[in-house]
Amino acid sequence: MCSASDSGTVERMIQVENLSKKYAGFTAVDDISFTALPGRVTGFLGPNGAGKSTTMRMMVGLTRPDAGRVLIGGHDYLDIPNPGRHVGVLLDASAQHAGRTGREVLALSAATMGLPKSRVDELLALVSLTDSEAGRRVKNYSLGMRQRLGIANALMGDPQVLILDEPANGLDPAGIRWMRGLLKGYADRGGTVLLSSHLLHEVQMIADDLVMIGRGTIVAQGTPAELMQNSGTYFRAVEQEKLLAALADEGIVANPVADGHRAEAESVRIGAVAAKQGITLIELRGADGGLEDLFLELTAETQRESYTDQTAGAQA
Amino acid sequence: MSTQTAVQPGMIDISGSTRPSLAKLVQVEIRKMADTRAGLWLLISIAVITVLVNTLFLIFSNDDLPFLAFLQFSAMPQGMLLPVLAILLVTQEWGQRTGLVTFALVPHRGRVLLAKFVAALIFIVAAFLVAVVIAAVLTPIAGADDPWEDVTGPYMLRIVLALVLGGVWGFAFGVALLNSAFAIVAYFAVPTVVSIITGIWTSMQDKLLWFDLTTSSAMLFDPDGISGKEWAQIGTSSLIWIVLPIVIGWMRVQKAEIK
Repeated sequence: MCSASDSGTVERMIQVENLSKKYAGFTAVDDISFTALPGRVTGFLGPNGAGKSTTMRMMVGLTRPDAGRVLIGGHDYLDIPNPGRHVGVLLDASAQHAGRTGREVLALSAATMGLPKSRVDELLALVSLTDSEAGRRVKNYSLGMRQRLGIANALMGDPQVLILDEPANGLDPAGIRWMRGLLKGYADRGGTVLLSSHLLHEVQMIADDLVMIGRGTIVAQGTPAELMQNSGTYFRAVEQEKLLAALADEGIVANPVADGHRAEAESVRIGAVAAKQGITLIELRGADGGLEDLFLELTAETQRESYTDQTAGAQA
Repeated sequence: MSTQTAVQPGMIDISGSTRPSLAKLVQVEIRKMADTRAGLWLLISIAVITVLVNTLFLIFSNDDLPFLAFLQFSAMPQGMLLPVLAILLVTQEWGQRTGLVTFALVPHRGRVLLAKFVAALIFIVAAFLVAVVIAAVLTPIAGADDPWEDVTGPYMLRIVLALVLGGVWGFAFGVALLNSAFAIVAYFAVPTVVSIITGIWTSMQDKLLWFDLTTSSAMLFDPDGISGKEWAQIGTSSLIWIVLPIVIGWMRVQKAEIK
């Protein structure tokens, strides 16, 4: 038992192994594997219909997988006796009885998990829902308020793992910042967060690690920095032509982007070349929106056919 | 706390985790019926209509009514509304999509269904007790010559059984159809159609009684008791209209994707 941890195995809190789900005629999730680590926020990124929600439902036993398995903290979710106390789940903030008050929604979960009523007030305070808001029926809630209620519901059992499907959907920028703070703090205390989103900038703001999914398969995973590395370096110099020539001598290819160029090389190499040639750099950084390009590129095939055609035409 | 530190990285210690008890789940299900405006009004209307029907009969009836007459008046509105309550108990998880939360907290879905079933039984028995109290209050006022005629334990149990059969029938259709509107319409339409067929097809009437739960369960209200054959007819028709849909619904809920 001890040797396993001694040998330096990475602590995987969520482990998805070869998970597949087919529906009549199409494969929603196709043999995917990925992990989420404790102390980190993992962003599960993909366009609508890529299989994010199906994957998350399979994690918590709401959808039966056709193949593969998910381990959360080493257990199948169905084997956890009181799962709400260990894994906080928010799959759809709008999936609440419209006629219940926010407070009652939380009270039902607290009662099911065997938690005292005082826990409801603690959570309401945590997600900044006031007493009068908590007393309103959910049908009168904005989407942002529903998300806060859903987050409160997920955090109710003081779980070690959070699984959140599109939690930032419907939040205003201040709300997203609030959620980032909340989830970062939760991860800093050792918690594991897996959250999905179809918006790159949203996930970039919150996540430490990224798992990109498109058409049911994992297309990329790593930290944003790691994924950005592949997207190259953007640079601009006073003597741009001279720099391009010097880079070409080094075998570094650069393509024009906006006012400058983008090269498939680390910024330190470009900086070194510029220094050697006495070239004045104006800008040198990871390619702007590189992740976005990557995201669009990797998920392009999941878009409509006509969209792919258009981008192909634009590039030609 | 010491167990906490012994846990390996990437592992969650579930040794201290205990399943919510069935009693707790039943409590939650009862609460779910009363914590929405629609649910609360259904409960209130069952109580109010029961009182109202009895009072109207007391005022407008020419006879001096005995205890059992009042009990039978209560059975009419309750027989219609309790199945609706049982249906909503199940279908609200799908109609309002609260199943996403309910079944994430209790992933073994059969336990949720069982809790809902027990909650439905509790509501039915509670409604019957309300009816008994009302009848007990009104009987002395009505002043019949023999107010407690035929009031026996077995007969009272048969009335409870009739109410339970009706309510559980609703529950069965709710589980099988998982949709409030379909289940309620089916609950009222199917017995009507079956009864009409039984009524029209007189040559087959004897045989059709084996399939007609409405007619066979109505026999439970006969104070003179019912025969073994009638019991058997209640049994077979319950098997078709209650047990079969519950089995189908149970399997459906186990397999279904909760979205």
